[in-house]
Order: sequence, then structure tokens, then C-alpha cells
Amino acid sequence: MSVPAPAPRTTASATRPLRIAVPIAVLLALVPLVLPPYSSILLAYGLVMAIGALGFNLLLGYTGLLSFGHSAYFGVGAYAVALMVKYLRVTSMELFLVGAIVASVLITALFGVVCVRYTRIFFGILTLALSQVLWSLAFKFFWVTGGTDGLRVPTPSLFAGLVTGAGDKIAFMSHAYYYYVLITFCVCVALMWVIVNSPFGMALQAIRDNETRAEFVGVQIWRYRWVAFLVSGVFTGLAGALWVPLNGLTTPDIMHWTFSGEIVFMTVLGGFRSFAGPIIGAIVFNYLKTYAVGYTVYWQLLLGAVLVGLVLSLPTGIVGTASRLVARFQGRS
Amino acid sequence: MEGAKISLLITKDLVKWFGDTHAVDHVNFTVKESEVLALIGSNGAGKTTLVNLISTKQSVHGRIKAGIARSFQLVNLFDQLTARDNVALTIFSREGKIANLVALAASDSAVWDEAHEILKAFGLEAKARTLAGGVSQGERKLLDVAVAYALRPKLLFLDEPTSGVSTREKAPIMDTVTSVVRSTGISAAIIEHDMDVVFNYSDRIVAMHQGAILADGPPDEIRRNETVITNLIGTTEAR
Repeated sequence: MSVPAPAPRTTASATRPLRIAVPIAVLLALVPLVLPPYSSILLAYGLVMAIGALGFNLLLGYTGLLSFGHSAYFGVGAYAVALMVKYLRVTSMELFLVGAIVASVLITALFGVVCVRYTRIFFGILTLALSQVLWSLAFKFFWVTGGTDGLRVPTPSLFAGLVTGAGDKIAFMSHAYYYYVLITFCVCVALMWVIVNSPFGMALQAIRDNETRAEFVGVQIWRYRWVAFLVSGVFTGLAGALWVPLNGLTTPDIMHWTFSGEIVFMTVLGGFRSFAGPIIGAIVFNYLKTYAVGYTVYWQLLLGAVLVGLVLSLPTGIVGTASRLVARFQGRS
Repeated sequence: MEGAKISLLITKDLVKWFGDTHAVDHVNFTVKESEVLALIGSNGAGKTTLVNLISTKQSVHGRIKAGIARSFQLVNLFDQLTARDNVALTIFSREGKIANLVALAASDSAVWDEAHEILKAFGLEAKARTLAGGVSQGERKLLDVAVAYALRPKLLFLDEPTSGVSTREKAPIMDTVTSVVRSTGISAAIIEHDMDVVFNYSDRIVAMHQGAILADGPPDEIRRNETVITNLIGTTEAR
């Protein structure tokens, strides 16, 4: 589906974002040292989802395509890892990431060919339908995928076996694995920032704003959409691969369309009109969901009410609203 | 030396049907280098269809030689990009750099310098950092032409460059556009309904009626052409 265009985005210099990103990265690196293990693990989940949402927003915010099927690519990443464990006895996280990227490229390349020929509701429905195909495969082929029981993924080894998960799993996940996720997150953020500020990123925004004109200035619409779809799917697949060792288990639930809805929601919550919006949205959504689940069995109702309230009160998302407030404050001073 | 000019665009027996309607009827159409040509005709005469055929190279019966860019009757811009980004994007595309996704666009100073020069030529320098969706209609019209011009065409098709703007804004827009066109030696084919604009700014006029060419000649000749007066201008009073 086509969506309203993001707020003005001009090409930025390389130094200004670094001045913002480096202190935040340092703060994130301090988290395991000052907060309890549970907080680090919870934040690791948030960072993983942020990578997925960042990939998703390349389509929504920059290309103007609303996918309802990104759970499929998240699931492809997670199941690629689980199947590597099951059939190849692999435990290296680096191999997991390579396997997840290869699997995501193959699936998104194929799905992309079908989907990017369409826009608006047709694109949304196609992505949803294709993700449901993968979900039903994961659900029905239980002798391969474990069906609803899912597949277990043991604690992986990190940095080519230099760090292993032998011993206290909580300590491993809240420290070594947290830092592994943080490094991957930083690399993904930097890479995505370069992509959206590249000539290619400008072309995507041009397609979003005016397909006809973009074609007249020489942008090959389908090809660029397909590449955006591919990059978007690979980021989300990578998030799935990082998520599954944290969770220890993958089930078909993560391929269901409702999980796609969560990815949409976290992106909109943070604000799809800004680069940082999906990151903030994913982290906040993760906390909201975790605490809602712990608070009541009717957590979906509570979460829904909170999210509706947030979206109605912050139509441009958390980041969009914060940016407006900062701009207003600066204007006054 | 009119006769020595090279023909940039030649169409031979260009034909386009919309159902039973003959929108373009065996049009033989030529644009010479460094000329400003006006295409006139009432609504439905086939002017825009002719330009669409030429600029999009649709499948038609006929032959087309091209090297063309165009602006649009209804302004087509990238509204959520700045005016400068609109032009720079076009330059990136023209230079074959648009597919690069691992280099910062901002680091290519040659592109931004050229974008700045183009905006300056079109009098849009002050709007460089304003969103295209946020500038006035007259400025949008100029930016639309500037984006097409950034492709460095040999021939620029301008589809009603002054439509939707106030009478007061028409002359400055046409002054700017024709000044850029003439100073760079490219050709322009302007579709226009406003006869003041047509007679004041064009070197040659092609009049179309019901898909076919009615007359082709310099403004003074067209001004006196009885068939054109009867079918298009609607008055025998010379302007």
C-alpha cells in the first residue's frame, strides 16, 4: 500500500549522525555493566527487533510500500538457523548469520519478483498471502520444522568460537550475546543510514513521491523496488537469526501475519517518517509487550488500548513528536 | 540561417488511436536545433498525445528520432524532497550514479554544484532547501522545467508551462525558461493555450486540429493564417 510520505529528508553529512550515534552506542554498551541481566536481555530483544523494523521501514518510509508479510523473512532467518542446527550441527553464530542472509536473499528475491509489480493494497495483500504460505509450510511440515513444537536452538559460539555459551546461560546472554547483538545492530544501523542517504536511497524516495516523474528521469521503478524489497527482507531475516538464540526456540508463530502486524505497529509507533523511528518504536514496543504480558492475561487487550492511545496522541510517532517538540523549543529559545 | 539548422526530431506519419478516435493523424513533425517551437491547438487537438508519444516512445506507427526531456501539464515533482534534491536526483540518474547504494549522495560535490547552478539559472536558488511540495505554483512550474533540464536534453518539451499560474507570473516564467533554453542552445517545444505567450516567445508555431497539423510557420505567418484564425484563435483581430 502507498502511504503518506515521510517528513523532509535532505542528504546529510557523515559527521552529524556520528555525533548523535556514538554517545548512544556507548550508553548501550554500559547497560550490562550497570543493569541486571534481565534488563540486558530485554534490551537485546529490542535491538534485534529494531534491526527488523529498520529493514521494514526501508519499504514503508522510503519506498512507500506497506508490507504485511515481513514475519515471513523474520521466520526465514530464524528457521535457517534452527535447520542449520538440526541438520548440520552448526553452532557458530557467524555461520548462522551467513546462512540466514543466504536464505533471506533467496526467499525475498523470489517473493520480491511477485510483489514489487504492485503497489497499495495489492502489494500489502500479496506480501501477506506469501507470508501465510511460509507459515503454513512451517506449521504442516512438522517432520522438518517441528510443527507447533518448533525447533530448539542451543546457545551458539561467538566470534569464530572464541566465546562459547558453556556455563551460565543467563550470564552469556546478558553479556557476551548482548554485545554481539549490539555490534550487529550498530553495523546494521550504519549500513541502513548509508543506503537511505545514497543516490539509491534518493531514488527510492523519488519512487515513493512520484512514480511517473521518477520513470521520466530514468529510475527503473521495478528494479529499484525489488532491490529495496531484497535489502528490507535481508535485514529482517538477520533479525530473525539473532532472535532465535535469545529465545532458544522457533515456532511457526513468528511467521504468522499477526507478527507482521507487530512489525508494522512498532514502526508506526516510533514514527516511519524518521530514520530513528523504527528503532525507538521496536524497543518501546518490546518493553510494552513484555510488561503487558506480565501484568495480565488480557495483555493483548491492554497492549491494543495503549497502542491505539499512543498512535492517536502521537500521529507522527514517538520520534516525530519529539522532533516537533525540540524544534518548537529551539524556536522559542 | 534557418535552412542550415539540423533537425533534432523528425516524426514520419505518426499515428495514435484511442478507440475510434484518431488522436494523432499521420503527423509529420520536425524540431530544429536551437529553436523555440510552440504547439497550439484547442483541447483534444492531440498536442499532449503527440508529446506523450514522443517522450515515452510508445508503440506507434511511425518513426521517431529522440534525445528528449519533458515537463508536465500537471506538475510532477518529488514533493517530499527539497528543490535541490529534485534536481540532484535527476543529475545522479543522468550520470548513471543512481544505482549506487553504498556511497553517500552528499559526498558527490560535482552533482550538488551543478544542481545549485541549475536552480540559480531558474531563479530558484533561494528555494533550494525548501520541499518541492511547499513552494508556490509558479516556482513549482519552474522547478518542473528545471528537473527536465537537468537531464541535459537536446530537446525540451514543455507541456503548458504557464497553466495554473496568475497572468502576472506568466511572463517571468517564460522569460526565465526561454532565457535558459536560448543561452544553452537547446531546443524547446512548448504546448501552450495562451496566445500572448505563443506569439511572444516562439520562433515557429505548429497548429494542430483534430489530431492533424493545420499549419506550420513563423508567428507572423500563423497570425495571418485564416484557417488557424477560424479554428483556433477565434478572432480575426491580429494580436
